[in-house]
Amino acid sequence: MYGTGLAKGLLLTLRHFVESYADDIRYGFRKYHHSTDNFAIRQGTKTKGVITVQYPDEKVAVPERFRFLPFLIVEDEDHPTRAGKDWCTSCGICAKVCPPQCIWIVRGSDPNTGRPVPDPEAFFIDIDICMNCGYCAEYCPFDAIKMDHDYELASYNRTTHHIHDKKRLSKPNSYWRGIAPTRAYEEMLARGTWEHKDAAKEARRGTASSRSQPPRPASAQPAVAEAAAASEASAPAEATAPAPSVEGATPWSEDDAKREERRRKALERKARRAAKRGTAF
Amino acid sequence: MDNPALAPERQLDATTIDEATAYLQSEYAGAVTADDREGYQGVIIDRARLVEIARVIRDDLGFDYLSSATAVDYLGAGDHMEMVYHAYRTSGGGALVFKAQADRENTEIPSLVSVWSGADFQEREAWDLMGIRFPGHPNLKRILMWEGFHGHPLRKDWREAYYEEEQKPFDSRWPGGHVHRAEEKNVFGKNVSYPPEIDLNRLMDTSESAVYQSLGLGVDVERIMDKDGFETNELVVNMGPHHPSTHGVFRMVLTVDGETVTSLEPVMGYLHRNHEKIGERNTYLHNIPFTDRLDYISSMGNNHGYVLAVEQLMSMGRRYNPPTYRCEALRVMMVELSRIVNHLWAIGFWLNDIGAFFTPVLYFVQERERILDFFEAVAGSRMMCNYMRFGGLFADLPERIKSVSNLTNDRVRDYNTMQFLTEMINERIPRTIDDLERLLTQNEILLERSIGVGVLSRDDAINYSAAGPLLRGSGVAYDIRRAEPYSIYPELDFDVAVEEEGDMYARYRVRVAELRESVRILKQILPRLEATAGESIWADGKPGAYAPRIPHGEAYGRVENGKGELGYYLVSAGGRGGSANPWRYHVRAPSFINLTPMGIMSRGYKVADIVGILGSIDIVLGETDR
Ligand code: SF4
Ligand code: SF4
Repeated sequence: MYGTGLAKGLLLTLRHFVESYADDIRYGFRKYHHSTDNFAIRQGTKTKGVITVQYPDEKVAVPERFRFLPFLIVEDEDHPTRAGKDWCTSCGICAKVCPPQCIWIVRGSDPNTGRPVPDPEAFFIDIDICMNCGYCAEYCPFDAIKMDHDYELASYNRTTHHIHDKKRLSKPNSYWRGIAPTRAYEEMLARGTWEHKDAAKEARRGTASSRSQPPRPASAQPAVAEAAAASEASAPAEATAPAPSVEGATPWSEDDAKREERRRKALERKARRAAKRGTAF
Repeated sequence: MDNPALAPERQLDATTIDEATAYLQSEYAGAVTADDREGYQGVIIDRARLVEIARVIRDDLGFDYLSSATAVDYLGAGDHMEMVYHAYRTSGGGALVFKAQADRENTEIPSLVSVWSGADFQEREAWDLMGIRFPGHPNLKRILMWEGFHGHPLRKDWREAYYEEEQKPFDSRWPGGHVHRAEEKNVFGKNVSYPPEIDLNRLMDTSESAVYQSLGLGVDVERIMDKDGFETNELVVNMGPHHPSTHGVFRMVLTVDGETVTSLEPVMGYLHRNHEKIGERNTYLHNIPFTDRLDYISSMGNNHGYVLAVEQLMSMGRRYNPPTYRCEALRVMMVELSRIVNHLWAIGFWLNDIGAFFTPVLYFVQERERILDFFEAVAGSRMMCNYMRFGGLFADLPERIKSVSNLTNDRVRDYNTMQFLTEMINERIPRTIDDLERLLTQNEILLERSIGVGVLSRDDAINYSAAGPLLRGSGVAYDIRRAEPYSIYPELDFDVAVEEEGDMYARYRVRVAELRESVRILKQILPRLEATAGESIWADGKPGAYAPRIPHGEAYGRVENGKGELGYYLVSAGGRGGSANPWRYHVRAPSFINLTPMGIMSRGYKVADIVGILGSIDIVLGETDR
């Protein structure tokens, strides 16, 4: 009969409508109260309704392999021997594999002899040109450059903000282990140590057995626990003094500083709200 | 086609490619010679007899489908221009490759449009980018650049406005590292030149005929404009480039008589970035993420075609390990998931075009989102996947699709990867396809809008080099996964979807059938993944080099992408050790070539149908304009 096809389609639309609200009722409208507990189920394969994520109130945590702009790994501030030291050895491989050629590296040199040393003097990435391909992180032989998860970087001025220098690019090792525990763990297994390849080699040579910690056991998954600790330690709600933020990037211009400040305040508010509700943040 | 049925007595007993080339060489001795450059294949035809021999190739030898026609500039390596043609039989099998050469100055090679209409846009592209003239071409105008463009940018001695060095990696990046912006060294405005014959003042002319005639359309604006008064109801209508129905910055100029379209001319190039020039400056590895940006709906398929082409070249050298079985299975899985994404998207937006605004597409997008989430967890990005490598992949599947909460992003998910895939493939995607069919296949409005509209006949489809659902919707059962199989497709069980009618509805039906076939393939992939769990994705267990040197030769890698045949023609001009950068990198883009028959498909239909016809071809401008 003419019109049955149409009617069938309309029934389907009705079903979608009902299912979506049925889902809300099933979970007691919790998604409207910033509750995260049923998020994974509702975004999973079992759910039936049409469920959207209410960005920016809700933000999906990105998977570990997510890549958005590279950053450089430096040793944590509390590292016994190498605090604040770059993992990068300025070998130049990332600059060579970078498809749009947006990495500039000034290789360090010994002030006395003029010979190159494995330490970058300067490191720039033009983030307007970076295509987030992830090659730099993939091919770096020292695990010194990694892809970040922080994607909210809009700013007003392209010419003053978008060439990131070494200061801006550097983030502590613990940050990387916090955002990508599984991958950091796999890399550790491949290197055979939690330490930098070269530092570990030095330690093995016995030149200074006290200068570097022995490789930690690979049995348990320490990365996960440590990551949790790391992110806790830097949660602004608990930090009394402006502790090194988890981004590890020092503001480098006024606009940036303001942006960081706004973001920090927003997070604090959010943390306070979460604390009031007593839910995990 | 002007010569449809083959008279049986003319059919030759040349079934294989070798027999066909041998036949050409013996029959046309002197005009046809084997291409014996190292790593090259096919024959070189004397351009004076090109059209005549091309007819023989099409009619007597049965290579009725011209897949790709492109040019190469051999500056410093013979100093000639070369057109390279890949012709196939729609019954399946490999390519007959033939070439024609000419001098670099005043280059002329006869046009093959009279033999294969599919050569039309491709020859215009070769003129535009390479500066080859094609005597006999009906409308030889620039196609991607505008007519005030100076030079032919794919020529090896042409330099772009922000030129830095011939090839990457650039020396200034390391160890010196003097950071600068490209526009600081080459100040914008001072870095462009105009051809001497162009009158810059004329560019300010906004009169109707100037606006249209500068484009070199096939549309005869003068004839229509000159009529004064209102005696005629024929007029020129411009649609785009900023038109909501054109799926991006794409423009169509039509002449209409009342509401009926009498002719149509696609105008493109608004998103042109000279992908191929960039590709020739790049190293082989650099190109993979760039291919993501072609058909950005199905970047996995783009990666696949490119790595297949490079692997073809690599296999000519020593020390080449083909990908492992697990790697192939993962590639096929990713590509089939992309095909599902592509077809859901294509059908959804086609419905938008014919008036079912956004309700259907948003239902389909739910599944797309989940597939993209999966891509993100595996490859690192939802659309710009950059997942495949030469001889391997970026990484194996992660154990879990998992995210870690941090301060800003707190909505966490954590699924077992294989379980997620199993549920998607066995439950969710089939359910969505069922829903899609329930919503649309018998919907009376859809039937009336699409049946008998935008008809492309079987012969035209072949003759115009249509590909993908456009070709199969016109009754040609040609799917590269079966016609010239690659990867592990030969051992997979699936059917080639085909419909006879050649209208919009037939194309829709083909897409739905392909969705189901993709699910069928994915169901066969799952046990293969489980069986190979733990196996490396690299033949020798470790990732490939970051700067592979690729042996000398040419290769044409092609895959059946969602939108049709995606081909990559590569020339490596390496010496002994091979080369790190491609000499020629050409993309045979299905979205581009599928627009060639747009004119004949639209003639006689209403303006409102044009939008639907374009949607049913399914183009993406990232690939059309390259
Ligand atoms: S590849 Fe790694 S170690 Fe080498 S220069 Fe780049 S970041 Fe530094
Ligand atoms: S992500 Fe890619 S484009 Fe960006 S800096 Fe790294 S290599 Fe270059």
